[in-house]
Amino acid sequence: MSKDLSDVIGRVLPAPENHLNTDKLEQARKARRSFMGKALAMGAGAVTGATASTRALAAEGEDAILKLPAHTTGLGQPVATLGYGAPSKWEGNLQRRQSPGLTRVPQASVSFAPLQGLFGIITPNGLHFERHHQGWWDIDPSQHRLMVNGLVKRERVFTMDDLMRLPSVSRIHFIECGANSAPEWGNVALPSVQYTHGMLSCCEYTGVLLSTLLEMCGYDKKNGKYVLAEGADGSSMTRTIDIERAMDDCIVAWAMNGEMLRPENGYPLRLVVPGVQGVSWVKYLRRLEVGDQKWATKDESVHYIDHMPDGTHRQYTGIQECKSVITTPSGSQTLLDKGYYNVTGLAWSGRGAIKRVDVSVDGGRSWRTARLEGPVLPKALTRFNIDWVWDGKPAVLQSRAIDSTGYVQPKINQLRAVRGTRSIYHQNAIQSWRVAENGEVSNVQVY
Amino acid sequence: MRTLILLAAAFVTAPAFAQTQPWHEIGRDATKAEVKAWDIDVRPDFKGLPKGSGTVSRGETVWEAQCASCHGSFGESNEVFTPIVGGTTKADIERGRVKNLEPGSTFPQKTTMMKVATLSTLWDYINRAMPWNAPKSLTADEVYSVTAYILSLADVVPADFTLSDQNIAEVQKRMPNRNGMVFHEPLWKVDGKGDVKNVACMKDCPVESTIRSSLPDFARDAHGNIQEQNRVIGPVRGADTTKPPPTAPVGSAPPPTVVVAAAKPAAGAPDTKALLAANSCTACHGMTNKIVGPGFNEIAAKHKGKADLEAYLLGRIREGGSGVYGAVPMPPQPQLSDADARSIARWIASGAK
Repeated sequence: MSKDLSDVIGRVLPAPENHLNTDKLEQARKARRSFMGKALAMGAGAVTGATASTRALAAEGEDAILKLPAHTTGLGQPVATLGYGAPSKWEGNLQRRQSPGLTRVPQASVSFAPLQGLFGIITPNGLHFERHHQGWWDIDPSQHRLMVNGLVKRERVFTMDDLMRLPSVSRIHFIECGANSAPEWGNVALPSVQYTHGMLSCCEYTGVLLSTLLEMCGYDKKNGKYVLAEGADGSSMTRTIDIERAMDDCIVAWAMNGEMLRPENGYPLRLVVPGVQGVSWVKYLRRLEVGDQKWATKDESVHYIDHMPDGTHRQYTGIQECKSVITTPSGSQTLLDKGYYNVTGLAWSGRGAIKRVDVSVDGGRSWRTARLEGPVLPKALTRFNIDWVWDGKPAVLQSRAIDSTGYVQPKINQLRAVRGTRSIYHQNAIQSWRVAENGEVSNVQVY
Repeated sequence: MRTLILLAAAFVTAPAFAQTQPWHEIGRDATKAEVKAWDIDVRPDFKGLPKGSGTVSRGETVWEAQCASCHGSFGESNEVFTPIVGGTTKADIERGRVKNLEPGSTFPQKTTMMKVATLSTLWDYINRAMPWNAPKSLTADEVYSVTAYILSLADVVPADFTLSDQNIAEVQKRMPNRNGMVFHEPLWKVDGKGDVKNVACMKDCPVESTIRSSLPDFARDAHGNIQEQNRVIGPVRGADTTKPPPTAPVGSAPPPTVVVAAAKPAAGAPDTKALLAANSCTACHGMTNKIVGPGFNEIAAKHKGKADLEAYLLGRIREGGSGVYGAVPMPPQPQLSDADARSIARWIASGAK
C-alpha cells in the first residue's frame, strides 16, 4: 500500500496521554457544568413524577419488582473475588450427605449426591458421591507413580507427567456404587432420592485409555486374561477386571468435568471402568498387574457379592444393570400446587445406551413414553422428561428404563423372585413415589 | 496379484503404524526392587504369598494389641465393623458350605468367616489394609499369626497350629464356605443377559391395588429436615420433616418459607483483604502497586508516623479526596459501614500488610 493510500484509509491514531492542557481542561469542565445544570433542571420534574407513580403502584405489585433491591442500586462484587468460584449461597441446601447409622467409621463411609436438585446428566464435582475405605488423601501428584507389571514384556513406571503427555480421551460415564439402593431390598427405609439413589454420579472423565498403557507395556495377549487394579491409599483397594473390559473402554483418568479429579474422588489418578460398579474404579491408582487368574480380593469375594436364595453367593458381579429414577418430584418433596409438572429423572445402563423410558402416574397400571433429553450416551446417565398435570388426587409415580440390549428395568418383586431378599448389592428395581393430597411425596413400594 | 497388493500395503503401513505411536517410549522400566515393593497381592492359588509362618498364640498377642479394639477379643464384635468370626460349624468345614447362609437360618449376621471362600483373600487383606489405622505395618509372620488366630477362633485350625506358606493350601481345604461361591458370567460381562425379566406393558398392566411398603413414621426425620436439603425455588420444596405432614390438601396452606442451610461464614476477625475486594477498593488500589490510585502499601508508607493516622484515613475513606497522589479524585465511600471503614483505616495505618 502506498503511503498516500494509507493516509486516506482510516488510520487510527493513538490518543496521546495528557493531550489536554490545563486551559483545555478548564474549558471542558465549564462546558460540562453548564450542560449538567440544564439536565438537572429538566430531570427534576420527571423524578418527582416517578416517585408519585411508584407510590400509586405499591398496592398493585410485588415488592420484588417495585422496591429496588441493593443489587440494583449498589456496586457488586469485583471479578475473581473467588478464584475457584462457589455456588450461590442460596444453593447451600444441596450438599453431599451421609446416611446416619449406615456406617460407623467416617473413614470407611459414603456420602450421597443430592440428585433431587441436579439438572441434565453431569454431576458437579463438589457433589460427586464419595466412598472411602480407609479415608481420603490429597496426594502430591509429583510423587505419584503408576506401575504396570505382571504378564507384560516391559514392567514400567509412569509419572503423572508421563501419563498426561499420552494421547487422551474425554468421555462421559456414570459411576454407581454396587450398593446404591441397597437398603430397599427389603422394605422402604429412606426418605429421599438422595439416599435411595445418590451413590450415583456422571462426569466427563479425561485420561489415557487403559488399552494404550497395556499395549505400550506389551501385555501377554495369550495368557493375560485379567488385570488387577490397585490403589495407593491405606486400603490399597484392589479389583480384578477382565482383559476384554480393560482393552475396551477403561480409562486411567486424571480429570473430571474439566478439572483435575478432586481428592475425594481419587486425585491424582483413578481408574474408570464404564458400566461397572464404582468399587472397581480404583482411586489413587498406583498399580496395574496383568495376570492369568482372578484375584478374589476382599471386595469381590467377601463384599460386593450377591446372596442368592439357595445360600450361595455370586462373585465378581460388577455390571450395573439398567435402572432409572424420577428425581422431580421425588421423596420428601412437596408439590407447591395442582397443575402442570415436568416430571424428570435419570436413566442408565451398564450394558449400553438407554433406548426408552416409560413413566406411570398410577402405580404401574398404565405407562407413557418420556422424552429423552440429549445426549443419549452409552454407559452414561440419560435425562428424561414427561408432562404431567396433577389433579390434586393421590398418585404413584414410577419410571421404567429399557436399554439397547432390550432389557426392561424390573419391579422389586420380580428381582426378589430370582435373587431373594438377603442381597445388598445391585438393586435396580423400579422406584415408586406416592404423591399425597397434601402435595407431599413419599417413598413406597408398589408391585 | 491381490496378495502382492496386500503385501505391498503391509510394507507401507508397518512403519506408518510405528509412526502413529510416537509416545511409545514415554515412561521407564520398573526396577526389580520397585516391583517387589509394590507387588503385594496374593491370589487364590497363593501366588505372591511370601515365605513365613505364625502361630495361633502369637496371633492372639498381635490381635489383642492391634485388632481387638475394633474387632473384639474373639473377632465377634459388631461395634465398629461387622463381625469376623461366628456362624460357622464343624459340619460347615466338612461340607465347605455354611448352613447359616441358607434359607431358614436365624443367625443374625453374615460374618467374614461365613462368607470368605478363599484363604488368600483373608491373608491378602490383612497384609495390605490392616491394622485399620496403620496399614501394611505388620510383618509377614505377624500376618500369618493373625490369620492363624482367626482360623482357630472359627475351629478351622487347632489352638496350637502354626500357619505357613507350606501348609496354607491344606488349610484352604477346610474353609467353611469354600464351596459357597458361584460365578455368574452375565453380571461380569458387559454383553451378558440379565437374569430377571420384565416386559414393557403399556396399559391395563397387572398391578396390586395396595401399597406394599411405605416409609415408617420414625424414619420421617431420620435424615434431618429434608426442607433444608432441597432447593428454595422451583416446582417443589423439601418437606419440613421436623413436623408431621400437613393434613389439608395442597395449595391451602401458605407457601413454604425459604430455608437455606448454607455454611455460616467463619467466625473471627474480619479479613481486611476480603473487605477491600468486596467493596471494590481493589478496583483502584493495588496491595503493593498503583492502579488508578496508590497501592495500599504506598499510602501506609507515605503517612508513616503521622499523628492520629487512623482518623485521617477514616476521613479520607468516608469523604473521598483528591490531590495527594495526582489529579484523579477518590470518590466518597458511603456504602462502607462504620466498622468496615474503621477496620480498613486501621489496617492501612498499621502498615497495610
